Amino acid sequence: MRAFVVAVFAFLYLPIALVVLFSFNAGHHASEFTGFSEQWYGKALSNPFLVEALKNSLFIATTSALLAAFCGTAAALGLQRVGARTRGVFDALLGAAIVVPGVVIGISTLVALVQLFAVVNPFLASVWPTDQPPRLALGYGSIIAAHGLFSMALVTMIVGTRLSSLDRNLVEASSDLYATPLTTFRSIVLPQIMPAVIAGFLLAFTFSFDDFIIAFFVAGAQTTLPIYVFASIRRGVTPEINAIATIVLAASVLLVLLAQWQLGRRKPSP
Amino acid sequence: MSQGTNSGQVLTAGGQRSAGAEAAFSMRGRFLRKNLLTALLLAPATLWLVVFLVLPFVAIAVFSVGERAPEGGYQAAFTFAQYANLPARATAFWNTMMLAPVGALACLLVGYPVAYYLALRAPQRWRLILLALIVIPFWTSLLMRTYAWMYILGGRGIPALLAYIGIEDLRLINTPGAVLLGIVYGYLPLMILPIYVSLERLDRRLLEASADLGATPLSTFLGVTLRLSLPGVMTGFSLVMILLLGEYLIPTLLGGGKVFFIGNALVDLFLQSRNWPFGSAIAITLVLVSVVVLIIANRISTRLSGARRVDLI
Repeated sequence: MRAFVVAVFAFLYLPIALVVLFSFNAGHHASEFTGFSEQWYGKALSNPFLVEALKNSLFIATTSALLAAFCGTAAALGLQRVGARTRGVFDALLGAAIVVPGVVIGISTLVALVQLFAVVNPFLASVWPTDQPPRLALGYGSIIAAHGLFSMALVTMIVGTRLSSLDRNLVEASSDLYATPLTTFRSIVLPQIMPAVIAGFLLAFTFSFDDFIIAFFVAGAQTTLPIYVFASIRRGVTPEINAIATIVLAASVLLVLLAQWQLGRRKPSP
Repeated sequence: MSQGTNSGQVLTAGGQRSAGAEAAFSMRGRFLRKNLLTALLLAPATLWLVVFLVLPFVAIAVFSVGERAPEGGYQAAFTFAQYANLPARATAFWNTMMLAPVGALACLLVGYPVAYYLALRAPQRWRLILLALIVIPFWTSLLMRTYAWMYILGGRGIPALLAYIGIEDLRLINTPGAVLLGIVYGYLPLMILPIYVSLERLDRRLLEASADLGATPLSTFLGVTLRLSLPGVMTGFSLVMILLLGEYLIPTLLGGGKVFFIGNALVDLFLQSRNWPFGSAIAITLVLVSVVVLIIANRISTRLSGARRVDLI
């Protein structure tokens, strides 16, 4: 059994290791390692399209994760204060946001936004005082919103789990000692849920940064890093992609480890 | 005089009334403030869920009973022609309906022993590290991880190595086998985690009791361990299967044009041939199938034992 488990871990990590190894390959071929070189990293980072896609992805992931962390935490707090029925409806919708396949989220958002824009844009044009009314279109905003849906549901669940394991005695003790609700929140509740909020933010960032399929539908004229990489892969495998893949993998691993470390913290540091 | 008395009475009455009203008002005020805060806390999430989950779903439901406009896109109508036309994509449905359960089953067969080892056999100090090693791939880019297999299975990978020892012209990539491999690779962590959670909560005394009562290790495993971990198995199986129903990247990158999934059909219908109503009908069908899978899995696991929450991280 132990041998089998070791084999499964090898199965999980060897392909990743190979990608990383060949990103440092001096030669162009995947079948032989001809020497160490970091030339592909230089090539990747001097490719203007790639850098543009990377910047877009960083911006989208940061914005959607921040929005998700804020709204998700607020929702988790709000859900503590409502009846079982309202809670049930929210739980079902949040569960749906997580479980519905990305391809369905992508196309349904695309369809809804295109219809919405078809109504809103002529209206804006008719009421706008100048000749250049703003035109709503697919782009940063739609990717951020669509990623934020999954991320917000994720943050709500993570923070909600932490809230339900919160020590009620501390909250009661605080109000018995005449702390205002706001003080109780700031000094008791917030420090206890903060690791969950940070972990939620990091996972939301990772999700958005890695997502291909949702962005593929709602990106409009914008390009994110996964969309760019997908297009390059279809044109052919090059060590340049290995270099990007290595950077992305390293960043994701770092973020997940950070998130796990935050979730593992039982007590806030003083 | 009488006026004064009157006004005094009125004042007193008014005063009393206002005191009562004040108490009632402040209670109502507190109630309102409390509800207002709750509403404010829930407002952004509600708005988000309505605009980006409920509304889009309503939109594709409406589209699915519409018609394709001559230039592509949507034309209002009320017809079930799109649903009647579903057999046109029967191959994609068939491939998906075959590979999703088979893929989930393969994940289960590989994942169960790993979850079992992690929960019941692994040394305590190694457990969390090993668990982290399972979680990390789940949260790293599926695109990059699938790319790794393209690299390995592609012409310059394993086939090139095999050519050295004389095995020529072996085709690995763009086969159903490659897709299945990619599926197991991509979704294994999602299968292991829920099973691990249900095994970890298992009361060890039950295992001892079973052994004390003379059960063989095999019958202990079948009668106690496996039975009690079935909710985790069902959670993992249904999660993996539902996500596989909408999978696009793995069949595209590892299956080439041959292994056509519903996900590929949807991308084609929405981005290339622009038949939105038909695509919407497929998407609605996909969601309905997912719901049925979830309900069945939920029934089975609540019947076997109480439903359990599973955290994905």
